[in-house]
Amino acid sequence: MHQLENLYRQIIMDHYKNPRNKGLKEDESYVTARIKNPSCGDDVTIQTKAEDGVVKDVRHEGSGCSICCSSASVLSVRMKNQTVEDALGLVDDYLKMIIDKNTAINEQLDDALAYQGVRDFPARVKCATIAWKAFAETLKKG
Amino acid sequence: MKARKDEFPILTRQRLVYLDTAASSLTPKRVIDKMNEYYGEYPVNVHRGVYALSHRATEQYTNARETIAEFIGADFNEVVFTRGASSALNLVALTYGAQHLKPGDEVIVSELEHHSHVLPWQQIAKKTGAKLIYVPLSKEGRITTEAFKTVLTDKTKIVALTHVSNVMGYVTPLEEIILLAHEKGAIVSVDAAQSAPHMPLDVKTLDADFLAFSGHKMCGPTGIGVLYGKRELLDQLEPLEYGGDMNDNVEKDTGTWKDTPYKFETGTPPIAEAIGLAEAIHYLTSIGFDTVRNHEHTLFKRALEGLKKIPGITVYNESADTGIVNFNIEGVHPHDAVSFFDGEHVALRAGHHCAQLLIKWLDVPATLRASFYIYNDEADVDAFLDVVKRARDFFTSIGF
Ligand SMILES: Cc1ncc(COP(=O)(O)O)c(C=O)c1O
Repeated sequence: MHQLENLYRQIIMDHYKNPRNKGLKEDESYVTARIKNPSCGDDVTIQTKAEDGVVKDVRHEGSGCSICCSSASVLSVRMKNQTVEDALGLVDDYLKMIIDKNTAINEQLDDALAYQGVRDFPARVKCATIAWKAFAETLKKG
Repeated sequence: MKARKDEFPILTRQRLVYLDTAASSLTPKRVIDKMNEYYGEYPVNVHRGVYALSHRATEQYTNARETIAEFIGADFNEVVFTRGASSALNLVALTYGAQHLKPGDEVIVSELEHHSHVLPWQQIAKKTGAKLIYVPLSKEGRITTEAFKTVLTDKTKIVALTHVSNVMGYVTPLEEIILLAHEKGAIVSVDAAQSAPHMPLDVKTLDADFLAFSGHKMCGPTGIGVLYGKRELLDQLEPLEYGGDMNDNVEKDTGTWKDTPYKFETGTPPIAEAIGLAEAIHYLTSIGFDTVRNHEHTLFKRALEGLKKIPGITVYNESADTGIVNFNIEGVHPHDAVSFFDGEHVALRAGHHCAQLLIKWLDVPATLRASFYIYNDEADVDAFLDVVKRARDFFTSIGF
């Protein structure tokens, strides 16, 4: 169970139990995207407010397993005040970190580095990525 | 009965406690061999060539249909090969449903249905103006005859119910329900995907009008399933697909079709799969379905007893009639839990099991499901219980 202990590191458990930036805003200046994984029931909505090419706020709401819910929270913290361009770059690096064992890891992912361990659990890749994909959608829409 | 582990190559190859038969069963060596024999010795098309090999393929393929007909107590021509239960159930809705339903007609379904037995009816109801009516489930989540009576009316034209729930393992009292439905002139479509692998089936005693099941849940291969239909009903229906093999005479602007069941089977069929399914049926019959069912239910009871002793476990189907246990570890999302099981080589299912309506009825986001079959033994159940215990301890220890 060493691998699993590794996966559920402090950061993940902390964000799972105490999610940051949770709850959606009724505010037109936010762009919303929702992704569901019909096979397991994970369901995440991300809202992003960007101004002058900079991410000002990220909100999230949804239901799912600890990996899915916590990754939305970690994302919301990490992306605040990033330029849209940098934010999209981070999403790419995050997805690569999880999907491709051979890529170099971008240390700037900070807390999101905790999700490295998902590589060892291919069945959980979807859980760890849907919030990040929804976030990228909000930026591309906006 | 002693568990049949040695007969399943995958179980001799790796450490595996396989508890996901309700999704797909493992394949015994004799079924694999039988299919390899087709590919190795007579791998040619059926009904077409006039040479000896093709004759052999056709004969084996025809024997397969005969075996299946005998297995469910049907006539040879009442057995239609399909890709699986899903496509068989769709065939009923898209042909019989589309051809018979009118605005205001009612189709009775239930929240216990697999998506494959409710979505096709939903779509046909939308197209024809018919209404879907849900049997209210009992407190335990069962379809009862009493509840069925409350929704059966003169408007009921079709009743589409599962024989055994793939999540709760409940057997539906179909004999009574079918009798009542017929009194009102309704026809009954039975989803037997979870009963055919586990209990004796007789379509004539049941008096089902249509009945469907899949090969891959009963020791057979994927890609093959069966639709049984009463001859007079199948004869009335238009084919769903057109093309090679299903036709008789072809003219420039029209054609005529072969008789039942061939008019529903266009194109080259899954030949090895049909032969493999028949072999699986021979295999299961040689064990005996009563033995199979007793074996799995004994394992179910052992699992239930064990789960009740572990704190923080919720079992949703304590009175299951077959070998399926549906449960959750309190406070732990099933997807988190299942990674723990996976790490311990225990394969079970987490999610909504293609039965979202039931998961909504249970009012939970998802569940864990363990299902037992002929290759499982008491040691598997004990290993499973041990992992449940350790999973719970682990998630508690990290703060879940
Ligand atoms: C009750 C029930 N009906 C239908 C199906 C669909 O079977 P298949 O996926 O083989 O088409 C399943 C299998 O998941 C099932 O359990």
